[in-house]
Amino acid sequence: MATVEVAFTPLPAHVRTARLVATAVARRSGVEEALLDEVRLAVGEACSRAVEAHRRHCPAEPIRIEMSDLGEQFEVIVRDSVPSPRANGAGNGTAADNGTAFPAGFGLAVIRGLADDVRISATGSGVSVRMTWPADQGQGQGVQGVSGGGAP
Amino acid sequence: MDLKLGHYNKDGIEVVDVEGEIDVYTAPRLRELLIDLVNKNNYQLVVNMEKVEFLDSTGLGVLVGGLKRVRAHDGSLDLVCTQERILKIFRITGLTKVFGIHDTVDLAIAARKSEK
Repeated sequence: MATVEVAFTPLPAHVRTARLVATAVARRSGVEEALLDEVRLAVGEACSRAVEAHRRHCPAEPIRIEMSDLGEQFEVIVRDSVPSPRANGAGNGTAADNGTAFPAGFGLAVIRGLADDVRISATGSGVSVRMTWPADQGQGQGVQGVSGGGAP
Repeated sequence: MDLKLGHYNKDGIEVVDVEGEIDVYTAPRLRELLIDLVNKNNYQLVVNMEKVEFLDSTGLGVLVGGLKRVRAHDGSLDLVCTQERILKIFRITGLTKVFGIHDTVDLAIAARKSEK
């Protein structure tokens, strides 16, 4: 079971909340201060990608985040509900689609530059982005078993 | 923190002050401002990011989009930023080679003037 679970409606305004929660849990899990900015940015990128995909294909479905204190690692998994062939945020979107100068997969490229280990799984039920960072077990403040699911 | 935007003209260059977080929620406002400035024939821009607390790829995309627009008019878009947390994302993405990044607004303007 994840240390903290969050589900939020796919609105850009909620991405900031997700970033703040992830950073707070990472800190309590013992991720060193110098890496917290990377956690914040990578989780934000993963959530932004998921929000864009959901808004296009399933705006009523929540996006789910699991944050886990694994002892020597802090793990974040961001899951969307857009089956992979349609999940244009996973790499085949265009700059015109997302209103920026970059293709939609650019955010994932940034994540790969930030997280210690990144695994992206695309299945028929959605895309999950799993990211990990090293954590110092002794520095963590022992958050365990807190669960706060449910879309706001 | 939300995004605060302001702009003023200095020595013929439009300086855009940005404060707060530039992300998927707030970046559209910055994009609209840059487009508006270009539509009003401001092709020499300096974006002051000294008070930016967070920048993601959406924000980077808006800045690159602004750069493309001013370059279409032989213009320029320089940045002012000394914060390591913000500079890091420019380095990761290789955009330090695309933007002129300066320590102060005055240095950005001086660099632009010296290239004329």
